[in-house]
Amino acid sequence: MDNQMNTSENLYGVGALFKDPNKIVKVVEKLVELGYKHWDVHSSYPLHGIPKRMRLKWSPLGYVALILGLTGTLTGLFLTWWTMSVDYPLTIGGKPWFSFPAFVPVLFELTVLLASVGTAIVMLFIIFKFPNNQHPLHDTEYINKVSVDHFGVFIEAKDELFELEKVKSLFNDFGADEIIEIAYDRNEVTFKPKVFDVKFISFLVVIAIITSSVAYLFNNKILYLPPFDFMLKQFRLGPQESSTFFADGFGMRKPPAGTVARNQEFYPFKNKPDEAGMKLVNPLLATQENLELGRNKFNTFCSPCHGWRGEGDSRLNGQFPNPPSLHSEKVRNWTDGRIYHVIMEGQNVMPSYASQLTEKERWAVILYIRSLQRALNAKQEDIQ
Amino acid sequence: MIQENLVINYQRKPLPEKLFKLGLLLLVVGFVGVVLAYITNSARASFNLLVVFTWIASIGVGSMFFIGIEYLTGAVWSVPFRRVAEITASFVLVLPILAIPILSSIHSLYHWSHTEAVQVDQILKNKSAYLNQTFFIVRLFITLLLWFLFYYLFTSISRKQDKSFDQSLTKKNTIVSAVFMPVFAVTLTFFAIDWLMSLEPHWYSTIFGVYYFAGSFLAALGVFTFVSISLNENGFLVDGLGSEHYYSMGALIFAFTNFWAYIAFSQFMLIWYANLPEETFWFINRGVGSWLYFSIGIIFVKFIVPYILLLPQPAKMDPLRLKIAALWVLFAHYYDLFWVVMPTYSKGGVPFGWMELVFPVFTVGLLIVLFYIFAKNVNLVPIGDPKLKRGLEFHL
Ligand code: HEC
Repeated sequence: MDNQMNTSENLYGVGALFKDPNKIVKVVEKLVELGYKHWDVHSSYPLHGIPKRMRLKWSPLGYVALILGLTGTLTGLFLTWWTMSVDYPLTIGGKPWFSFPAFVPVLFELTVLLASVGTAIVMLFIIFKFPNNQHPLHDTEYINKVSVDHFGVFIEAKDELFELEKVKSLFNDFGADEIIEIAYDRNEVTFKPKVFDVKFISFLVVIAIITSSVAYLFNNKILYLPPFDFMLKQFRLGPQESSTFFADGFGMRKPPAGTVARNQEFYPFKNKPDEAGMKLVNPLLATQENLELGRNKFNTFCSPCHGWRGEGDSRLNGQFPNPPSLHSEKVRNWTDGRIYHVIMEGQNVMPSYASQLTEKERWAVILYIRSLQRALNAKQEDIQ
Repeated sequence: MIQENLVINYQRKPLPEKLFKLGLLLLVVGFVGVVLAYITNSARASFNLLVVFTWIASIGVGSMFFIGIEYLTGAVWSVPFRRVAEITASFVLVLPILAIPILSSIHSLYHWSHTEAVQVDQILKNKSAYLNQTFFIVRLFITLLLWFLFYYLFTSISRKQDKSFDQSLTKKNTIVSAVFMPVFAVTLTFFAIDWLMSLEPHWYSTIFGVYYFAGSFLAALGVFTFVSISLNENGFLVDGLGSEHYYSMGALIFAFTNFWAYIAFSQFMLIWYANLPEETFWFINRGVGSWLYFSIGIIFVKFIVPYILLLPQPAKMDPLRLKIAALWVLFAHYYDLFWVVMPTYSKGGVPFGWMELVFPVFTVGLLIVLFYIFAKNVNLVPIGDPKLKRGLEFHL
């Protein structure tokens, strides 16, 4: 059986094992001189000077690293520029949006990351043809010995100069400790890349599932941290909350007497309805635009109690005392300023509407009330 | 004692007389120029001399650092060239002579040396316990004394080995190196703070000592590489040294070019980011007028040019390109120190005239003469070093 396997058809090549690394150097020099092309040296540690003697060309891996590194730099440049200056510009420390010095660390890290990881991947998958592990030397006596305490030279049978007996005697001349013929089965060993093998892809999928579920488990269950909420939960009181800090127990405080908060107007006629009625004058004209605004606001804020036409027919179904009609003799004779005072301060059970309406809107509402009054109690001249 | 297999075939060849004459010529011409410079404008001359002073210190003490790491790491490739570093380390010996004219014009260099100015300046008052003339000179004295001591130890032990071939001397120098390292770190940091950083006494940068170290070692490597390759090419060393040794030198220069850029950028970026007026003014001064172009130039001179020059692998093995790169980094360190020192003298723009040229001429002449004198009576290869043979057989 063994003899059958060792037919020259399946012969991969011949390896010589040496115990003395100096002998290897001599063999290497001889093989270069004779012009062999498909051969290699195996050792369990780097033999200094051998690559040069073998006349090996420089590995192109350096260029791969350079190109990947530059790709990393440009990616970093694009990433920082796009995110920080175009898509979501943030002003940080008064610096311009495109602040190159701040981006340099990112560029640097991405350059190093892509160059190192990328080169390793290229080396592994393209040069070493990972995950193909079916090299004919794999698991042979030859490779087992060179990975322990021997140094090996191996000549492949596909070399043009290869002749079994000649190669063997050459190795013998240089004092090889052992010469091994290595055969392989063409049906079992392939030299093709196996990256797209179903087996390998499913292996990657399994790895991906395991790592992501472990990461999920750790981040969300085992090492779970509640989201930071210290911006939300502060030592402050919400509206209407009581407080033990103040003597009166109220959390909400009244503004100190005689002050007006920022952005709030000052109303000089507090508790002085008559004075307000005398001194305040409606600054708006009864234009179409102002009446529109007044109707809008009246219908929104006043009509629920006062009714659509101000007749005191509220839609509150008795949940709140019905207000009197706005068409009474009294209100018709009031000045605009006097009505304004009611909006500002409220009147008895009617609350103030100062915070809901702006100054202009209040006057516009009054214009609208006036037009309602005019409609229900037209004067003689209106008919004419 | 002597192990036969360690003995190397080395014939000492005297350095050519021509070299000495060239050095002497440059030295004399330069010296006349320096004297004239002092007569015309002593303040400007003092600033230039300070650049020269710190440049020579860089090369000298940087060479000692190189010797130290060789012993500590047990490196073999550099052993055949170590004598070169031992000779260039002797440059520290001229520092006291150069320090005298600088110290005598201390008032035109260092603002903090004016006691009346310190009185009205609260910051300088607070710093005066450190920044005062007496303590300044004491520190210089201690620093130089320590450097001389280690120079003496390194070289005398190494030379003794040439005759005795005693392996234990290597061990002795390794111990000396271990002690030297922390001493080196502290003295070089204080040296940089005292002589360069205190030119702007309000300014401080905690990384400044490392910044000076990065440039210094680069300059020392430049001299080492240039001299080693030149000596080897002209057959002053032993047979068997070549491109693989050169590669290691080139790789070191390349590595420290990157290290310098890393440190220089760190210093700049932190100051730029924090944007504190008491730190930024140092860089702002270097962005005024023609200094701006000079400052942008330093990025090219000290980083981009040597980086591109040494990036391809063959460049680190080709002696000619390597020699150019070595001289370039040496020049770049001069440029760097000029950039650190001169803005204090001339705020608005780069001062450049005959005065700025005579000082480098003087220095190069001085260093060639010193090298010749110190190389005259020693073997240019440490023939007694037990690692020498392995160093000769070094392969990548
Ligand atoms: C919550 C129900 C309610 C709303 C909303 C309301 N009011 Fe009143 N209003 C009343 C009641 C009740 C009175 C009678 C108060 C009293 O007893 O003096 C009143 C009285 C008045 C009076 C005085 C009438 C009088 O005869 O004394 C005027 C004017 C008035 N409201 C204007 C307005 C305006 C303008 C609005 C819209 C901004 C408005 N009200 C919104 C309930 C309301």
